[in-house]
This record gives sequence, C-alpha cells and structure tokens, in this order.
Amino acid sequence: MQPAIAVRELKKTYAEGRSGVTALRGVNLDANAGELLMLMGPSGSGKTTLLSIMGCILSATSGSVRIAGQEVTGLNQKQLPAVRLQHIGFIFQGFNLFPTLTASENVELMLDLKGVRAIEAKKRAHELLTQVGLGDKHKSFPTDLSGGQKQRVAIARALAGEPEIILADEPTAALDSHIGRNVIQMLSELAHTRRRAVVVVTHDSRVLDFADRIIRIEDGVVASPDLPERMPPAGILPNGLPQSIANLA
Amino acid sequence: MPPLAQRNLFHDKVRLTVTLTGIVFAVVLIVVELGLFVGFTKTTSGLIDHSNADLWITSRNVPYIEQGVAFSERKLNQVRAVSGVEDAEKYIAHWTQWKLPNGSEESVQIVGINVESNLGRPWNLVQGRVEDLKNPNAIILDELYKEKLGVTRVNQIVEINGHRARVVGFTHGIRSFTTSPYVFTTFKNAQDYTGLREDQAYYILVTLAPGANAKQVQYDILAQVKDVDVLTTPQFSHMTQFYWMFTTGAGVAVLLAAVLGLVVGFVVVAQTIYATTVDHLREYGTLKAMGAPNRYVYKVIVKQAAISALIGYVLGMIVSAFVVHASQSGGAAILLPLPLAVGMFFLTLIMCIGAAMISINKVTRLDPAMVFKG
Repeated sequence: MQPAIAVRELKKTYAEGRSGVTALRGVNLDANAGELLMLMGPSGSGKTTLLSIMGCILSATSGSVRIAGQEVTGLNQKQLPAVRLQHIGFIFQGFNLFPTLTASENVELMLDLKGVRAIEAKKRAHELLTQVGLGDKHKSFPTDLSGGQKQRVAIARALAGEPEIILADEPTAALDSHIGRNVIQMLSELAHTRRRAVVVVTHDSRVLDFADRIIRIEDGVVASPDLPERMPPAGILPNGLPQSIANLA
Repeated sequence: MPPLAQRNLFHDKVRLTVTLTGIVFAVVLIVVELGLFVGFTKTTSGLIDHSNADLWITSRNVPYIEQGVAFSERKLNQVRAVSGVEDAEKYIAHWTQWKLPNGSEESVQIVGINVESNLGRPWNLVQGRVEDLKNPNAIILDELYKEKLGVTRVNQIVEINGHRARVVGFTHGIRSFTTSPYVFTTFKNAQDYTGLREDQAYYILVTLAPGANAKQVQYDILAQVKDVDVLTTPQFSHMTQFYWMFTTGAGVAVLLAAVLGLVVGFVVVAQTIYATTVDHLREYGTLKAMGAPNRYVYKVIVKQAAISALIGYVLGMIVSAFVVHASQSGGAAILLPLPLAVGMFFLTLIMCIGAAMISINKVTRLDPAMVFKG
C-alpha cells in the first residue's frame, strides 16, 4: 500500500542574503494511513517547513513529495490549492477560526469550498460538531469557546473536507495539559478508526505517548527516525484513556 | 457560502460607519454636482425645449439663444410659403433693463411671443393665464424672481426699459441660467421693451405640417430665405447648452467637482476596505491554506465592497433627495432624473469594487504559509 505522504530527498533553501538559509537538507519519510506521526525537534530545525511542504503550502527547492501517490513538487500555485482541498486538512496552533462566524459556519465554510450545498453543509457541520462533542455549541462564536473547544471546532473543520491526511502544527501549544492530551487523543482516534494519516508537529513531550511513530528533525535532516515504533490496534488508545470524547473540556 | 463578507463588514461598527460615511459623502457630492450640471444644462435651453417648435430660424451663426441677431420680419412670410411649414411665428428673446422700486436696474430677458399661437408660450403657470398677456402691457414672470425684481403680486405695475408693464401671472420653476430672469410678453410689447424696430424679429419658430420631412423643409427654407440658419429644436438646444456649459467653462467646473467627489469617495472607500482586509489577512491566509482558490477570497472582498456600495448608495440617495428637494426653491435647480439615479448606482458599485481591487492585490500576494507563523 502506498503511503499517504512520501517525502524523498527533500531540500528547502530560503533566499536570504547571498547564500540563503537551508531549512531542509534531504529529508526522507513516509506518513501512512491509520497512524499518528509526530515530528519533533528544536526550534529552527525545519519541522514547520517540512509540514508546510507536505501540506502543499510551500514549494520545495528540490526533492519529491507525493500526496496520495500524486507528485506535487512540480505543481504551480494555481494547482496546489486543489490538492490541499482534496487531500489535506489543517489544524493550527492558534486555531485560525473565523471569529465572525459561528462554530457551525466555520465548518460550513470548508464544506462550501468542497462544493457542498448550503442546506446539506449545515446538516453535516452539525453532525461533525456533535462528533467532536460540540453539538450544543454549534451556534457559539469562537470568542465564547474555550481553547479546547476551539481546537475541536478546528478538528471538525479539518474533517469536513474528508481528507486522507491531517496536518497539525503545534495543536496543543495553546492548551493546558489535560485538554492538550484530549485533543491529541482525538487525533489518535481519527488516525486509527478512520484510517487517516495524521502528522503532528509538536514540542509537547506530554503527548508523545500517543504517537505511533516519532521522527526527530535536527538541522534540516531526520535525526532519529521511527521512534518509538508501535501501532496500537484500531479503536484502542494508548495509556488506557477513554475513547469517548464527549466529556472533553 | 457562509456569510463571511457580511460578518466581517458588520463586525467592526466604527469601520463600517467610516466606510458608509465615505460612500454617502461621495454619492451626495457626485449627485449634487451632476444634478447641478443637468439642472444648469436644462436651464440654458429651457426656452428652446419648451417652445413646441420643430424648427428655429435664426440669423447666420447665432451660437446660442441669448445671442440672437435681429432680421427683417418679412422673412416670416417667406418661411410660411415654404411647403411643409404648418405654422410660423415671430419670436423675441433679448436682454433689457428692469427698473426696481428703489430706482436701480436689473437685467432681464424679454421673451416675446404671439399669444394666439402655441409656440414659445410660458409653461407651469401658477397664477394667471397665458391669454392674460393680451391685456395692455401685460407680462408674466417666474415666482422665483419676485424678490429679485421687487414684485409682490399680480397687477403690480413695473417699468421695463422706460415702458410701463403690468404683472398678470406667475410661472413656477422657469429659471434662467444667466442671472437675468425671463419676462414673457406679447411680441409687440417685447419689441418696445427691447427697443427692437417694428419690422424686425430675432427668431422665427416653425411647426411642421404632419408628415413633413424636417430635413427637406430645412433645406427648402435655406434655399428660399436668405441669410438665415435653420435649426431643429434639438440642434439649437444642444448648441445653447454646449455654449453655456463648455465654452464658458461653467459646466467643466461642475463636472470637475463631480470627478473630485468620485476621487474622494474612491480614496475613502479604498482606505477603509483595505484596512478591513488587512485586519482579516490571517483569515484570508487560512482560507487559502484550506485550499480556497484566490477567486473565492476575491468573492468575499468584492461582496463586502458591493454590500457597502448598496447601503451607501441608498443612504446617499436619501440625503441627495433632500438636497434636490431643497434646491427647488433656490436659484439653481439640482435635477435627479431616473437615468442619473440608476447610473449613480452603477458608478457607486464600480467605485467600491474598484477600491476593493487594491485589497485584492494584497490578498493575491498573500503567502498561505503565514498560517504557521504563531
């Protein structure tokens, strides 16, 4: 089975002065459906650059990135949004919700981008919010939600596009440890029960035990691949935490 | 599409107020200036447009109605003899002096007509009848100029160029583009008031017989009557309008003020929509990161501009309607014909969407990778 994301000899140099700054120096990795892959590393190691290139937001200087088997490194800025829309859902450190839209409308926006009709989008948005435990908050604006609730809206929004791949950039950074763990638990469930490839960039050592694989990036290269390699059975979560997400904060 | 444009627009009430104020200001300024332009233009040719004539016969090279040159009234019979002419009447439009009660003088334009004819008669009478002009020395003037000419009532006796005159009626809204009010009277009285010789006239107004070809009649009159120009009413009207609005520069000044309104409106709207866009830049970056094509983001921004335009236009037109109404009792009428109102809507829309293009340019260059920066 082909990986959801296949990265080969990926290099990225940012133009800065005469020499430029090299962020990635030849990265190789795969992200597979049904696993939660965590990317770790110190600041400036190239994790977010790698995530951006895997998310078709940033172009590589050289190397290859295949998304669901499709080579994307040669695509132009008009073609890349379509790849993102079709295959990738994003979860951001700062949630990046639209503050003037309700929780439901934030999710509906993603569905609108996918071409879902307004009535159907409203229904599906409500279903998705119910799935992340926010069925009673669908009319709330982001300012009325807690950090954990906001991130769950962001997860519902990412899921609305039904992507094979979910990329999360520091999704727990703005949350306290309990809520952060619950959010990662939810992402882990998504990976295992819905067979999504979930890639999480994180500094948060408190959530590492949810990872199926951890890849450490240092100075733009993979420093320690595949640690710790393990794949829990579908539906069973690490640390014995309950699967139910209804009681998330 | 979820109501992102509307919500972003209405979210910041202060900014919305500034945006709408800018648009309303621009709309009112443009409507007033263009309305003034239309009003002035219509005023310059009011006598011609309301003359009921098909053709105007003038001396050679008369550029506008106030600049008529007298010719022999014998031409009247020559004109009446031309095939296709149903009716022809002598007509006077010429300046003279009106003596005010305090002894000083005011310039007026005497309009001399044949009361028995339907040509060149005053319109919009609010007091008296045109037929009252058959009374000795009778005159009709517009109620707008009562104060200016020291007239308070019908039957008041006044003095025009040393001749006695009696006010028999008032019209409403017959303005003069110059500062000299029109004074309607009989052709004979007008000859006296303007000092024109008894055998002379300034114009001949012609009504064509049913089915007559205007161009052919024009040609025939030119062939049979010497030293005259023969103009259709629209031709003479346009010549007079062009003279006053463009040769004198009056119209250019008004149009420039309208353009200024457009520029000011554009700048205010561009600035506020740009500021709103910059405020929501991170959201647009998120949209692009989510896979929204540029055109989706443009749609949000253009929709904001279009909503602003619609609300601003409605408010602007309400204010303009008050201004237009208030102007009716003044010396300079601001007209707001339907084509101007409709055209103004599209102009407002273009102005606002054009202003939004500046913001769109910013969004086009937006790097969606910004969403990963904190």
